[in-house]
Amino acid sequence: MSFNPGAFLAPAVDWLNASFHPFFALITQVIEAVLSTIEAAFLALPPAGLVAAVVVLAAMAAGLRVAVLAGCCLGFCWLTGLWQASMQTIALVLVAVLIAVAIAFPLGIIAARRPGVEAALRPILDVMQTVPPWVYLIPAVMIFSLGRVPAIIATIVYGIPPMLRLTTLAFRTVPNDLKELGQAIGAKPRAILWKIEFPAARPTLLVGLNQCILLSLAMVVLAGLVGAGGLGAEVTRGLTRMEMGLGLRAGLAIVAVAVLLDRLSRGALDRQRKGA
Amino acid sequence: MESTEALIDCQSVWKVFGDRSDEAIRAIAERDLTKQDILRQYNCVVGVSNASLQVRRGEIFCIMGLSGSGKSTLIRLLNRLIEPSLGRIMVKGRDIAALDAAELRQMRARHIGMVFQSVALLPQRTVLENAAFGLEVQGVPRDQRNRAAEAALAKVGLSDWKARFPAELSGGMQQRVGLARALTSDPEIILMDEPFSALDPLIRRQLQDEFRQLTKDLGKSAVFITHDLDEAIRIGDRIAIMKDGIIIQTGTAEEIVVNPADQYVADFVAGISRLHLIRAHSVMQPLVRWQGVTDGLPRCSPDADIDALIGLITSSGSDAVAVEEGGRLLGIVTIRDLLLGVRGETEARAA
Repeated sequence: MSFNPGAFLAPAVDWLNASFHPFFALITQVIEAVLSTIEAAFLALPPAGLVAAVVVLAAMAAGLRVAVLAGCCLGFCWLTGLWQASMQTIALVLVAVLIAVAIAFPLGIIAARRPGVEAALRPILDVMQTVPPWVYLIPAVMIFSLGRVPAIIATIVYGIPPMLRLTTLAFRTVPNDLKELGQAIGAKPRAILWKIEFPAARPTLLVGLNQCILLSLAMVVLAGLVGAGGLGAEVTRGLTRMEMGLGLRAGLAIVAVAVLLDRLSRGALDRQRKGA
Repeated sequence: MESTEALIDCQSVWKVFGDRSDEAIRAIAERDLTKQDILRQYNCVVGVSNASLQVRRGEIFCIMGLSGSGKSTLIRLLNRLIEPSLGRIMVKGRDIAALDAAELRQMRARHIGMVFQSVALLPQRTVLENAAFGLEVQGVPRDQRNRAAEAALAKVGLSDWKARFPAELSGGMQQRVGLARALTSDPEIILMDEPFSALDPLIRRQLQDEFRQLTKDLGKSAVFITHDLDEAIRIGDRIAIMKDGIIIQTGTAEEIVVNPADQYVADFVAGISRLHLIRAHSVMQPLVRWQGVTDGLPRCSPDADIDALIGLITSSGSDAVAVEEGGRLLGIVTIRDLLLGVRGETEARAA
């Protein structure tokens, strides 16, 4: 005798697909539109112009060292001829992270306040983090068909757990006396959240954001398998054609993008904290 | 309004912590259970047990107890940071248990300031922003709240530090900011939760004196929590001594030292110097018991402390001092009375 969850899940996915097709089609359209806009914005400038713009912005937001590093990373992507693929990948990561944070941050705060919610979420998060990410791609592709949309959905699913867990941790470790202060001075719950808890939780929240970005990048690359385009597609092409050179270039470009996103996000947020 | 009016009136307040606290409270209301009974039968911890106290307008009321005595729980009941399990707490004539969320916020924002042992300053804000924080969350415009905060910082002597961040200040200065923050919204009552416990002795003593002076000058009332009896005596107009959630004794420092309610309090006050605590009216004997003449004796008021009496006796060479008030003789303090007084005993108890 064998247990086969797919036997139940596959019809469920089919049913979802048949009954909610207009809804999924709408999601597809919205995500495609947002992605295309961001990609078009990145590609509208000539590469040299964009590199210069990023370097200047990075220098202002995060300091000179980060600016130089960002310039090198982007320059590498450009010189290896993978500019367009890199921009597609960055656009995918940005949109995925934005949506993941929009979901994980409020849920994380609720989980920090209500132990019951956290207890309910924990096994779900465990499953989300331990199931091999390829597996997410299957239902995503069944519902949204091939392309960028299933890739980004799978990426969001992969990016939520670290952000959610660290949000919960961040808010749970806010010193109790600070929360008491908020109550004792008669602050409204919203003021306590944004003026007391959020600043105190911020260092841990930044770690969560950073993890979310890097894990999303890993997933976006993997999603090259389902036609997400970008650097993942180049890696897949290198693999299927056994082209060592292409695979290596694309792999190094991914490293460059990872370093770029990691240092930029961390540098900008660190700088803000010091300045505040 | 008369000066003896109770700003805070705590009537038989209980706080029980634990999963079965509801049952425990019902049992307390119906039968007379002790703390041990509650722990054994309901697995609940009694934080505060049948506490009653009144804080009068303009008074500094100290609650003294060791850690675990329930004093921090008690002070948090006064502004409902902790909900009482049983009993009634009236603040400015209003039952605070009956306030809804908005009214409670108003009450805390306008009438009850609080200073914490850990100071609880927001590290990413300047001293001025911290001091103005209470008004900021009430939505007071920036100009107005900064003016109030500057005035409060001036009172605690920190005008030159307002653009600094808390981490740049010493512990004593940080606690002054905490006090300024409580003063900024001009509350009538200030709750002080062991504010000076973490400071070194010299700074602590300085802040104690400043705090007492400032509170009296501004006409505020304060509830001051401490584990240090010296501090309670130095600051408090009246002192309540707590042990195991129960208020054992309430009274002035002199009343407690002269007349400890039980052995626990007696042991506590044993090491306290009587020199400045005990006054002539507590140690004097009635005129009828004095066989000598009163004419040549040095005079003092009933409020003169033992230190002053010793000064009078040693400088005059006389062996007794006459206590008088408004030209009328009240009693005589002999050297024997003084010696008993130094030991914290009065004639009545020694005899």
